Amino acid sequence: MDRHTLLLFAGIGSLLVLASLVGFVLKWRAGAGSSPVIDNLNARIKAWWLMVAVIGFAFLLGQTAVILLFYGVSFFALREFITLAPTRRSDYPALVAAFYFVLPIQYLLIAIDWYGMFSIFVPVYVFLLLPILASLGGDSARFLERASTVQWGLMLAVFCISFVPALLTLDIPGFEGRHLLLIAYLVIVVQLSDVLQYVCGKLFGKRKIAPNLSPSKTVEGFVGGIALASLAGASLWWITPFNPWQAGLVALLINLLGFFGGLVMSAIKRDRGVKDWGHMIEGHGGMLDRLDSVCFSAPIFFHVVRYWWVP
Amino acid sequence: MLDTVVAYSVIASARAITGMRSLWLGTTPKAKQRIYYANHASHGDFVLIWASLPSALRQRTRPVAGADYWAKGTLRRFLIGKVFRGVLIDRQRTASDHNPLEPMLEALAAGDSLILFPEGTRNLDDEVKLLPFKNGIFHLAKACPQVELVPVWIDNLKRVMPKGQLLPLPLLCTVSFGAPLMAEQDESKESFLARAVEALQELAPAEEA
Repeated sequence: MDRHTLLLFAGIGSLLVLASLVGFVLKWRAGAGSSPVIDNLNARIKAWWLMVAVIGFAFLLGQTAVILLFYGVSFFALREFITLAPTRRSDYPALVAAFYFVLPIQYLLIAIDWYGMFSIFVPVYVFLLLPILASLGGDSARFLERASTVQWGLMLAVFCISFVPALLTLDIPGFEGRHLLLIAYLVIVVQLSDVLQYVCGKLFGKRKIAPNLSPSKTVEGFVGGIALASLAGASLWWITPFNPWQAGLVALLINLLGFFGGLVMSAIKRDRGVKDWGHMIEGHGGMLDRLDSVCFSAPIFFHVVRYWWVP
Repeated sequence: MLDTVVAYSVIASARAITGMRSLWLGTTPKAKQRIYYANHASHGDFVLIWASLPSALRQRTRPVAGADYWAKGTLRRFLIGKVFRGVLIDRQRTASDHNPLEPMLEALAAGDSLILFPEGTRNLDDEVKLLPFKNGIFHLAKACPQVELVPVWIDNLKRVMPKGQLLPLPLLCTVSFGAPLMAEQDESKESFLARAVEALQELAPAEEA
């Protein structure tokens, strides 16, 4: 790891130490009457330690490990999505293709750096392949709904998430060998925005933005969280190819996308009658609960960087 | 030796493929003699219940399985006989003079718990939650009044292993254990079966609108 990466992880480590201390003090002050909110906060902080450790370990091992890590992330996200999505027995061939063909091929295309293919594989080829497979099943009941569901799952869980490791394929002049930092920047800014929206919402939240979709999203949390996270994004310009004001604008863009990603995913969860996508991350819910904002920001971040910073 | 290794690898793969979660909603895993009765949609159903139990209980819990399927072929016979120690029953009832419940009553008399699928066969209809229960569960409850009947709802395994397909889909499954029930004295067959069905259906996730 280079100096910048070490510095970055040291910074994240100190933030987590601070968060753990705050969580500990809150719990200690509450004594026996500790509230579910405080317990959930502490569970979330504990899970953050683990997530940072996993990402840090992958960074240590290098680019291949990071691609494999996000392959796993996509797998867990796709599994959560399809578990909650209504499909029928006749969708079996399409689902087999999704898990055992589309998912590995998309990550293979990224590993071999074939931009022309990985950027259209799911939206074009798979988009046409899946309904063909579904029609072979001979079942026309709710056909459009089922075909769209599987396509949506692959777009979100596989295509969108794969644009995080796809950042490794960008050739930015003067930024050689530092690609992992670009991934770190995206993930840190977007996740920080989630955390700060949560904190601002819990501290100052009054007016709900979309009470029908997500009871926890407030105007105060939205404004405070996005503003603070965009400032944090600007102050992290030194790990990116951007200058400070560019870094701030890019951060604002991905934070807004992340917010709306959370909103869209809440609407789907609401419709399916669940609060969380899954249970694999203690305190946070499922993989998709943690990554809804990354799903929406990663592809746009990739293309913005590619358009303006790759000659 | 071989059967223990196979048993643990079956459990490990079931957990890995289904990301299985066991929810003990109405009871806890206790060393009590029980009949776990569950909805049936896949040959792998009993494996999930079995894998949910702590290993001490698992060793005393035997799945009830149809001889017509499980007694065919060396591999199936090895699995059901040595690994799962299943109780094979004759679903076709070829010999009309013998009681088809006999093997289950013997296992209960020996102190073992059972895993039972009272629908009698796999429910392959996406639109129907539960098939009507066979009478066997009522007769077992009457014959062994000390045994608790624990309803277990297995969710989603039908999608993981659809009928006739070899490759499982890695979707998430949930195994929900409900509150135990017992047959009351002089309870009619209809009333008991209705209660048993209701207790099991309550564990199923709500129908979508």
